[in-house]
Amino acid sequence: MSLIPARARSSFSRFFAMLMKEFIQLRRDRVTLATMISVPLMQLFLFGYAINTTPRDLPTAVLLQENTDVGRSILAALRNTAFFDIRQVATSEAEVDSLLRAGSVLFVIEIPAGFERALRRGETPAMLVAADATDPVAAASALGALEGVVQSALSRDRVTTVAAPVQPAFEIRQHRRFNPAGASQLNIVPGLLGTILTMTMLIFTALSVTREVERGTMESLLAMPIRPLEIMLGKIAPYVAVGFLQAALIVTAGVFAFGVPVVGNLALLAALSTLFIAANLSIGYTFSTLAQNQLQAVQMAMMFFLPNILLSGFMFPFAGMPVWAQWIGECLPLTHFIRIARGVMLKGADMMDLQRDAMWLAGLMLIAMTIAVRRFRQTLD
Amino acid sequence: MRERAPDIVIDVAGLTKSFGARMVVKNLTLQVRRGQIYGFLGPNGSGKTTTIRMLCGLLTPDSGTGTCLGYDIRTQSQLIKRRVGYMTQRFSLYQDLSIRENLEFVARVFGIADPRKAASEAIARLGLSGREDQLAGELSGGWKQRLALGACILPQPDLLLLDEPTAGVDPKARRDFWNEIHALAGEGLTVLVSTHYMDEAERCHEIAYIAYGELLAHGPVEAVVRSAGLQTWRVEGEDLHVLAQALMKLPGVEMVAPFGASLHVGGRDHAALEAAIAPWRADPRYVWRADEPSLEDVFIDLMGRAKDNFP
Repeated sequence: MSLIPARARSSFSRFFAMLMKEFIQLRRDRVTLATMISVPLMQLFLFGYAINTTPRDLPTAVLLQENTDVGRSILAALRNTAFFDIRQVATSEAEVDSLLRAGSVLFVIEIPAGFERALRRGETPAMLVAADATDPVAAASALGALEGVVQSALSRDRVTTVAAPVQPAFEIRQHRRFNPAGASQLNIVPGLLGTILTMTMLIFTALSVTREVERGTMESLLAMPIRPLEIMLGKIAPYVAVGFLQAALIVTAGVFAFGVPVVGNLALLAALSTLFIAANLSIGYTFSTLAQNQLQAVQMAMMFFLPNILLSGFMFPFAGMPVWAQWIGECLPLTHFIRIARGVMLKGADMMDLQRDAMWLAGLMLIAMTIAVRRFRQTLD
Repeated sequence: MRERAPDIVIDVAGLTKSFGARMVVKNLTLQVRRGQIYGFLGPNGSGKTTTIRMLCGLLTPDSGTGTCLGYDIRTQSQLIKRRVGYMTQRFSLYQDLSIRENLEFVARVFGIADPRKAASEAIARLGLSGREDQLAGELSGGWKQRLALGACILPQPDLLLLDEPTAGVDPKARRDFWNEIHALAGEGLTVLVSTHYMDEAERCHEIAYIAYGELLAHGPVEAVVRSAGLQTWRVEGEDLHVLAQALMKLPGVEMVAPFGASLHVGGRDHAALEAAIAPWRADPRYVWRADEPSLEDVFIDLMGRAKDNFP
């Protein structure tokens, strides 16, 4: 005689039947199984190595207004540090301004005319550092490092002595451009605009083809004289309008609730947002043509969404990532849109400044659309 | 103006299709004349749906050639799709769209000039006036099937491919459906319809019987029955199941099927059949009568033999 009452035993048997069935189904679903094991590992390694909150190799321009030994040795010292990556030595204010607006550099270090002479006279001259403060985290740690770098460069040149730096021989005048208060919402809101759009747009279209297959409507759709391109554009178009509405809501809330300015041209922001929305819808649609069912499509969208958040410069400074991770980042639409949104909203960037990012978005969209149309199964073979 | 209206609407030869290692359609040759209702019969999994899908360009045959409405089924499927109405086995209109919205969608895909008007006409023809705003998913099985047929004929196709259109539909709706099919054929439309129902097969001008991917018989119903060369007897009496058990083991008896209070017994070798039943014919408990084989007798016999040949 068993000690366990018959009722409990049969309840356990029913529970066990369900458990076995779930395991069998899970085992048959190879994609889910692969996702469960490979995704966490892949992402751990990918993001573990890629994400680094201490920025290095920050793209920097130097505005050298005097050609002196001191100027050259400061430049050399900056080149030797891991913090700054001197992309350009500029000669005019206008030049560096456009570099900053376009996001090509995050820092401009300006050595004014007469800096050496004033230094030798012991006059504590000022070095001007303009930082793109749209990302306050990236700006702050590099600014902190700058003084030490210049100090040691000067002492090597025996302009000052290391032994007696009681009072610094020069002054670093910081200029936090575009976000003087270092307010984090100014950085976050344009980033959120892109992140929210990415998430919603991907899901909208990721389900669109698989849903038709699962509901059985695809069979009669395929038997009708409609072409894959027509199906794709017809499925994407309504969501462009939805996405545009969403973007308008977020920008409005950003301006009124969070005090984020729109310094640049609102029409440009609208136009490039539409491009970004269309690019994400195309990518979602591509997943939809690759996936076997709706669950797979959602899994693919999620796998794509995570690097978008982590490698686009939304959560962590883009400049701090290793080069390979930056390349992955370049291939994600959100990376370019965040530059566009921060550029237009905070820096007043114009189309000239943003053409590279706009072209990336258009390119990614066209690649996704091409894959989708080619992958779209016109037959049931 | 229709560009071409060939007399042979479907003309395919040697169609073969495999899925993996399973050959679903084997070397199938089929001709359907214009204005005919062509019945496509065969057990489940016999390749009926696969054949229909190859005809309308949804599947590419592994080998074989042919034309549908004069267009090559391999290279001109886009042209075929414009002039074919395909009704899928499973309801495949949008359940979350209303009757009118579904019909207008079809009209727009086919590039009909006035989709609203075309949809209104189709609604009137279907007898769905007043219910046009109901969602397609809420309709009963019979109405869903009518709506699907309405959507198929809305673009005025030349050929209808109907894949088990009456599965799960009540007898009254089935009869109405067939009357509609005959009316359409009268107007010159060609209809290829797959079915399991014998009464429906008998309403076709010609039939083809397919089992395990092979075409076993085709032609008008009487010709198919005659060519089977089946002799049948009808037995009435008591304890027929005992008799059936005994007869099934005898040589010459190829078919034993109970029909209500009687039993159909058949075979192609007339002498062997009569020899087999001779001892039972003398038995006073049973009444034997020579009978014309029915289409169903022929099909069950064909199916049994096809299975025997199946490797």
